[in-house]
Amino acid sequence: MNDPATRMVSVDLQENEENRAVIEAIEADNPDVSVRHMPGVVKIEAPGRLVIKRESVEARLGRDWETHEFQMAIITLAGNITEWDDDEIVLAWNARR
Amino acid sequence: MTATPTRPARKLSMKARYSALTRDLDWEPSYVSSEEMFPYTSFEGIKIHDWSKWEDPFRLTVDAYYKYQAEKDKRLYAVLDGFAQSQGHLSLSQASYLNAMKIFLGGVTPLEYQAHRNFAFLSRHFNGPGPRFAALCQSQDEIRHAQTEIHTLSNYNKYYSGMHSFLKQHDRVWYMSVPKSYFDDALSAGPFEFLIAIGFSFEYLLTNLLFVPFMSGASFNGDLPTMTFGFSAQSDESRHMTLGLEAIKFLLEQDEDNVPIVQEWVDKWFWRGYRVAAIVAQMLDYMLPKPVMSWKEAFELYFEKQMLEGLFPDLEYYGIKPPRHVQQAIDEKEALSHFVYWVFYNFSFAANFTTSIPSKEHQAWLAENYPDTFVEYFQKPRWDKAQRIVDNGGRFFFMGLPQLCQVCQIPMTFPEPGDLTTICQRTSDYNGEHFNLCSDGCKWIFDREPEKYVQAWLPVHQIYQGNCGGPTVPDVLAWYGMQEGDGGEIAGSRDEVNWAAWHGTPAAKEA
Repeated sequence: MNDPATRMVSVDLQENEENRAVIEAIEADNPDVSVRHMPGVVKIEAPGRLVIKRESVEARLGRDWETHEFQMAIITLAGNITEWDDDEIVLAWNARR
Repeated sequence: MTATPTRPARKLSMKARYSALTRDLDWEPSYVSSEEMFPYTSFEGIKIHDWSKWEDPFRLTVDAYYKYQAEKDKRLYAVLDGFAQSQGHLSLSQASYLNAMKIFLGGVTPLEYQAHRNFAFLSRHFNGPGPRFAALCQSQDEIRHAQTEIHTLSNYNKYYSGMHSFLKQHDRVWYMSVPKSYFDDALSAGPFEFLIAIGFSFEYLLTNLLFVPFMSGASFNGDLPTMTFGFSAQSDESRHMTLGLEAIKFLLEQDEDNVPIVQEWVDKWFWRGYRVAAIVAQMLDYMLPKPVMSWKEAFELYFEKQMLEGLFPDLEYYGIKPPRHVQQAIDEKEALSHFVYWVFYNFSFAANFTTSIPSKEHQAWLAENYPDTFVEYFQKPRWDKAQRIVDNGGRFFFMGLPQLCQVCQIPMTFPEPGDLTTICQRTSDYNGEHFNLCSDGCKWIFDREPEKYVQAWLPVHQIYQGNCGGPTVPDVLAWYGMQEGDGGEIAGSRDEVNWAAWHGTPAAKEA
């Protein structure tokens, strides 16, 4: 249970048309994700680490997408944001910085 | 396909922009000492050696912050316009759904405003530019939440009871003192304790339990604007959670002496927040005509799995243990909502919302979700009995005044650990006076700071002392600002009668 590589990280996103590209990008870039649909909400979980890549989202959206835009999609998260730069957002459990 | 269009080169990367627009705007005071400039950051015993070690993972700058906040508001107000134009107040699952939002408006919205005030204070008084800027953003977020919630729900206030005097009622009505006193407790603490209380314990540990399942419930019950403001607010919440998590790690990394102080705050504020969340528990399980997720499931998903199994193993590295009374919260998950809604059923004659015996279908859902507790401890001894009274033409309300817990201010209703048939009661004596507490958690909190909690404004005591309009129920309700149709039983209530009239008689004939 204490292994940061297997503890679940997750993001909950609003389920709407625009976020579908984000959700599909996350599914493509994180092979171990599980997705749960609730009314209005999609919960995406992965063991240890979850990455959101700008290029993957842009490829599906067909337009430029800056990682700041992820703020429009996210409802909540579990995990640390260990990276949030121009190209990707990484969520992981890891105490030491 | 031709070559992919080249992106215009950014002048600065996100990291560099954040650094330039946040850290580089800081300065060392020269004509006052830093103690004079920041007078509030030493008295709590927290030791900070290097404020620059504070990280903001969002790397948010003022321009990006306002750009996206404006976009969030645009989306919300588009929904509100559509709602008003399309008679959205008619499209709910049932009129009684709004009971949950009446509690939300009086119980939660004023706390958003208080959070706005205190984060504005922190944005001035922390020594480091990183936490000051994060607090500034959160302060702006919180006033946006208060405003958008009031604005959204004002559309319902035109048609439904119980929302007309929410600010006055936040200060006066008996059950509103539960969230109000919780937040007052945090506001009257020092800046670091507030950060652990609200930033970490509330935002990170518990806020998901309020917003996520509940706004999903709004979606499922046809309440589009609430769902929209809820998720709009919650999108800021992930930033607040990150601030809370950053805060606790920062304090723990700065000095080992901070660890025991932070641990006690985590212990205290987990329990304080958890007791307030008891009101949410009954909203989820009883007030949504179409329930989406039980309190028990939400607690397991968002608290046990994400926090106890996810977060706390991370914090163990710093020597932080799970909150002191967490096992009691886990044990109570099977029963919490049932006790609280029963209290509301007993006392809704004095509230701004209505209650009723859950329908047969709803009771079946409760039995399915609480197979070990609902039928044996709640349906048979309570709801079946209440139903017999209704079948004989009556409606049970408890006309006395309940004993309140000195800390959480909830009426004594919670069970003894391991025994759902006995009400838990703890007592403490301080300065020759006797105080009653609902649980080991609240007693531990009282005994740690008795001089704070002896000052509690307990609604029942205030009524007895003659401070609430007079000695009779109508006197007190008038002082609360209640109007005809605000409280009582759902069946035959003003909202229900209006709802039937708005939807025409054919449906009623079929029923």
